[in-house]
Amino acid sequence: MFRNQYDSDVTVWSPQGRLHQVEYAMEAVKLGSAVVALKNKTHAAIVALKRAPNELSAYQKKIILVDDHIGFSFSGLLADARILSKYMRSECSSHKFAHGDDLPVNRLMTKVSNRMQLCTQRYDKRPYGVGLLVAGYDDNGPHIYQTCPSANYTNCKAMAIGSRSQSARTYLERNLEAFKEASLEELLKHGMRALRDTLPNDVNLTSKNVSIGVVGKDQLFEVYSEEKTQEKLALIEGEERRAPVPTTDSSSGGSQPPQDGPGAPPSDSVPAVAMETE
Amino acid sequence: MEFVSQNWIPGNFKSVPDTGRTAHDVVQHGWTPITTTTSVLGVVFESGVALAADTLTSYGSMACFQNNPRILTVNQNIIVAAAGEYSDYQFIRDVVEEKVRTEKSLNDGISMKPKALHTWLSRVLYNRRTKMKPLWSTFLVAGVQNDVPFLGEIDKLGTAFVDDQIASGYGAYLALPLMRKAIDEKREKFNSKLTKDEAVDLLKKCMEVLYYRDARSHDKYQIGIITKDSVEVQNLALKPRWEVAKLVQGYE
Repeated sequence: MFRNQYDSDVTVWSPQGRLHQVEYAMEAVKLGSAVVALKNKTHAAIVALKRAPNELSAYQKKIILVDDHIGFSFSGLLADARILSKYMRSECSSHKFAHGDDLPVNRLMTKVSNRMQLCTQRYDKRPYGVGLLVAGYDDNGPHIYQTCPSANYTNCKAMAIGSRSQSARTYLERNLEAFKEASLEELLKHGMRALRDTLPNDVNLTSKNVSIGVVGKDQLFEVYSEEKTQEKLALIEGEERRAPVPTTDSSSGGSQPPQDGPGAPPSDSVPAVAMETE
Repeated sequence: MEFVSQNWIPGNFKSVPDTGRTAHDVVQHGWTPITTTTSVLGVVFESGVALAADTLTSYGSMACFQNNPRILTVNQNIIVAAAGEYSDYQFIRDVVEEKVRTEKSLNDGISMKPKALHTWLSRVLYNRRTKMKPLWSTFLVAGVQNDVPFLGEIDKLGTAFVDDQIASGYGAYLALPLMRKAIDEKREKFNSKLTKDEAVDLLKKCMEVLYYRDARSHDKYQIGIITKDSVEVQNLALKPRWEVAKLVQGYE
């Protein structure tokens, strides 16, 4: 067990200034399958890995549509993601009803984040155990936002979350400069390569386990069909896979969430989100 | 006792005392406007929209307040003009200004667009009429959205529509035909829309016609002009020529 003296409630501070329950919730995000999101000048795209709970079941839907101009993928508890999606859909729909126009992506993110923050400050609630990668398009162009159970949200050029996603982030960081000017097809290729880097060597991307969502200028949010996904996957088929990068991601197993030991020096966790935007 | 009816028969119910209220005493609020303003005009030109409204507020037929402006600059994208109950316009103005302040404080570089305010007003006015408490006003919403001029009206019932020339009240009878004629002629002769100056001149002419014909109108008025990169509200005054009065016959 990871238990320590200061994690009995969400509202309990550790003497190091941390909220352990919230940090445990952030661990849940690392358990879900990996998701990559990235954008160029005109489009935002999500490339996500789908899992099937067992041999007999279908692959779990991984990209959720919010409105014509916004969709997201997630990692962590699916049920929590669905509650958030319901909230996001209702916010977008109310805005469309009252103003006849799409809700700007940043305004939706503020609303979602405020809602997620509530349950990090109340003893009778628990944080959402889910991280989102939201892709949207509005008058200010394409956007990628990452949210986290701690209710932080970040505007990103590109981001990956989920299990073994460190490898994908490494790929994204190395190729960041190329994204802005890339065509949509190039962008998707980068996304798929980044996602492929999270896979063990004996597994590959297939049209069954990959889900692609795209939104952009004159393009409503679209989750690609299996055929279209296969078409895109063919673009990077046969490419040599990069040697796996030694991962420092705690989700790769074994490592534990932060603990306050008696002798442990207070350490600030380094946020996994450290990318400049714009 | 007073409330025991004279015709009371032992064993029957006694009649209940009358509270003095009957159905005729029920007061219906909001069914007549008190302080009113008259017509409001709007016309789309090639690069924007112009609105015109006088500054008179009447109390019945009395010209009560002569300096009540009713063209509102909402933000850099929108101007709104109102006709009807002046206090209802003031109420909506306060709510809209609050909306704009809230939006500004978000500081995200996004500001409301004319279509959004037009839709929002239609929701508010329709909602109020559904509660049987209508806001007794007609609003014209004008602006430029995605480089295209926008002009829309919402009336007190929540009826909302968009057009290139709109006039409310007496203006719908007296000014609208003049505006349509000017716009049609320009289109037929030059296959183009009015220029800004033509639109403003047209509105000035319409305001003059309305001043002669509409007894609730006034010679001081405002014209609001919005284009893609400018918003202005001008204060103007008519120079009426009452020599024509002697030509009016049949009302003696």
